[in-house]
Amino acid sequence: MTTAPAERFALRLHKVSKAFGGVQALNEVDFEVRAGEVHCLAGENGCGKSTLIKTVTGVHQPESAELIELFGEKIERINPVQAREKGVSVIWQDLALFPHMSVAENIAFDDLVGLRPRSVRYREMITRAGEVLDRLGVRIALSAPLNDLPIAQRQVVAIARALMNDAKLIFMDEPTASLTQSETDRLLDIVRKLSADGVAIVFVSHRLAEVLEIAERVTVVRDGNLVGVYPTDGMTQARLGELMTGHHIENDVAARDLPDAPVVFETRGLSRHGEFEDVSLTIKAGEVLGLTGLIGAGRTELAHVMMGMRKADAGTMLLNGADYHPGSIRHAIRKGLAYVSEDRLALGLLQKQSIEDNTVISVLGKLTAATGLISDTRKAELVRHWIRELGVKIGQPSDAISTLSGGNQQKVVLAKWLATKPRLLILDSPTVGVDVGARAGIFRIVRELAEEGLAILLISDEVTEVMHNSDRILHMADGRIVQNYDPRTISVPQLEERIYA
Amino acid sequence: MRDTLRSYTIETRLAVVLAVLCVVLSISAPQFATLPNATSLLNNSAVNLIWAVGLLVVLVAGGIDISFAVASSVVQYVAAKMLIGIGGGNWLLGFLFCGSLGILLGLLNAWLIHGFRIISIVVTIATFNAFFGLLMFFSGGRNIYNLPDWWTARIFIFEHENAQGIWSELTLSVAVMVGCVVATWVLIRRTNIGRQLYAFGDNPEGARRAGVNIAVMQGVAFGWMGLMAGIAGLMQVNIVKEVVPNALYGRELDVLAAVVLGGARLGGGKGTILGCILGVMFVAITQNGLNLLGVSPFAFQMIIGAAILVAISTSNIDLSQFFRSKEARS
Ligand SMILES: Nc1ncnc2c1ncn2[C@@H]1O[C@H](COP(=O)(O)OP(=O)(O)OP(=O)(O)O)[C@@H](O)[C@H]1O
Ligand SMILES: [Mg+2]
Repeated sequence: MTTAPAERFALRLHKVSKAFGGVQALNEVDFEVRAGEVHCLAGENGCGKSTLIKTVTGVHQPESAELIELFGEKIERINPVQAREKGVSVIWQDLALFPHMSVAENIAFDDLVGLRPRSVRYREMITRAGEVLDRLGVRIALSAPLNDLPIAQRQVVAIARALMNDAKLIFMDEPTASLTQSETDRLLDIVRKLSADGVAIVFVSHRLAEVLEIAERVTVVRDGNLVGVYPTDGMTQARLGELMTGHHIENDVAARDLPDAPVVFETRGLSRHGEFEDVSLTIKAGEVLGLTGLIGAGRTELAHVMMGMRKADAGTMLLNGADYHPGSIRHAIRKGLAYVSEDRLALGLLQKQSIEDNTVISVLGKLTAATGLISDTRKAELVRHWIRELGVKIGQPSDAISTLSGGNQQKVVLAKWLATKPRLLILDSPTVGVDVGARAGIFRIVRELAEEGLAILLISDEVTEVMHNSDRILHMADGRIVQNYDPRTISVPQLEERIYA
Repeated sequence: MRDTLRSYTIETRLAVVLAVLCVVLSISAPQFATLPNATSLLNNSAVNLIWAVGLLVVLVAGGIDISFAVASSVVQYVAAKMLIGIGGGNWLLGFLFCGSLGILLGLLNAWLIHGFRIISIVVTIATFNAFFGLLMFFSGGRNIYNLPDWWTARIFIFEHENAQGIWSELTLSVAVMVGCVVATWVLIRRTNIGRQLYAFGDNPEGARRAGVNIAVMQGVAFGWMGLMAGIAGLMQVNIVKEVVPNALYGRELDVLAAVVLGGARLGGGKGTILGCILGVMFVAITQNGLNLLGVSPFAFQMIIGAAILVAISTSNIDLSQFFRSKEARS
């Protein structure tokens, strides 16, 4: 029996630096991934994780680098095509797919890249794309334009694309951000299988439970600097959170009773065929109502009906005791509702506009000075307020949104809605892709808003999140509300068991 | 079946509208549904369609070009001077001259856009003015009549005389147009280069990360547009038998309107040859029909404007699609 070489590395980086203007995204970072290893890259939003991936794959060139080595071979300068030919593939955080192309072409697109003219074989493309999707155990119409797919399926397409060309090193930048629990489980299974076959995986996720479950080692980066490399054995979520943020994060049930608060919003027997049925709920002023359950339970559909984006078949809604029939989303917003939707990256931001303009776009009316023009001082003040409150990591408020890291873009969307000072705020999976520190920041603000009397509906898959931040929890399954829990009288494992049972 | 219908929504709709239009016109204008009218429609649309497929490539790649019609005029003028200078030339030289001159002008646009990171509409408005100004300056606005014989010769690829002694003919320009359409279809639909053009227009950052060579894509898109502009210039001379420096000025907007009507997306990533053909035919048939019915030509401009508004407002359903696509999820 021959012994394998002591340690073979898929990737080794020494002292790699990269700056964007004034922002030092990576500062002399070392990073090593063994062949066949599942290695997690962890850190707060904007700490440089995606930048590291882009530097290795030749999307960005580093300012300086002592060593970049791929599969034992020293790399001087690399471009994306060469990186792929060497066996590196990436699931990008923003997917980097082509919305008007078919699913099959998106999955097989990398085969088409290059300047040597050759003909496109659509049939072969469809077969190959179909095979990868089969491996993932999902069915998606291969000829449908990507545009037509919900965000979770687009994510699956991005995953399939990375698996297409038997890579030896796969970067997965938040691949589970918009996946459901069962899809996530399937992806983690595939990651394990790939790793067993000798493929190295670099996994980025803000869901720390997932990180600890899948990875063997974790490299923590803070503000572009390496904090350290740790085995996940014996690591806890709290410890990892501390390493990432540099301070301790408290997480506790904070439910309150609000016996005297007036009811802000109420539904009575609300139904929409095939989506949800007989939903009756009340939300009081100052209350955070958690709504959880499996995917397909009808939670987002319910939110859409509340926002006037579609109509209920039966039942009534009451807002401050008066009948409420929203005709459109604009109508709902005028009535004081706000909705942070689940795939806010697609809908919420004007990528080319500045951070400040994106933040204030929903409240322009409130920023007008006596002259009828937008007051720049008030605008700057408001933007500063929210950037500080949410801890958005930015260069200048006037920079384009597209220069922000993924998680920080999400914070801007939240800021945009929070700035409208609504009466009922619906948060649909508000912390997808947001780091632990910022999650705490976001929920501190949600708390403060609740204290001021705002009613909040918090929709989330993450049981811990709902537990720690709601006053009351509704469990929805198959379109019906099945249970009402008090976070103080149930534990996270108990609730998880009921939901996933 | 439903899938194909969906991916061709705009094209299908346009085809239906076009069919209805044809039926209405054949009833109300007796000359409409005749062979002579049909062939003259085709002859008159040839140059527009050559431009249109070139412009489609640019639109698909996320750009826009305002300068192509004037570029055709420049090509005509320079080619005429050069060909006369070398003693006449022939069709082969004509295609070579006009094609390569056109490509050069296209590459100039691409270089300005990519090299200086200026958006294509600004660059091509600038080159539109520059091309036209230079052309008028050097030509003094004078037409060129004494062109080589081969260039102005009438060449028919189809002739037919009906019972009343009226001739129907298809000119060489129609054959060239068919060639351009097929070549463009092969480029954007059947080659990896064309697919990278779509990808680049659809999501430039995604294309860059996949390793698509952006500079080359701009070059291919505008170079192809230039090639088509060169060929269109050559064929337009064959039709009108003279070089009139300002004859093509203003035609670019008609072509742009037709291509957009055909479903090409301003902003890139979407557009088909079929849509392009239907768009050009819609514009041509509307104009032809109104002519036959004796309606004022200004009505035509209004109708095309309204049609564009209807087409764009009913096809821009991205937002509603977004909500619809989420129905399956919670
Ligand atoms: N193209 C760019 N131009 C300017 N600044 C940039 C650019 N790309 C990234 N940055 C900055 O570099 C820093 C690191 O960003 P990066 O995207 O690597 O963060 P990240 O760790 O991936 O964060 P997240 O968890 O939010 O995805 C951020 O401060 C970001 O604003
Ligand atoms: Mg990132």
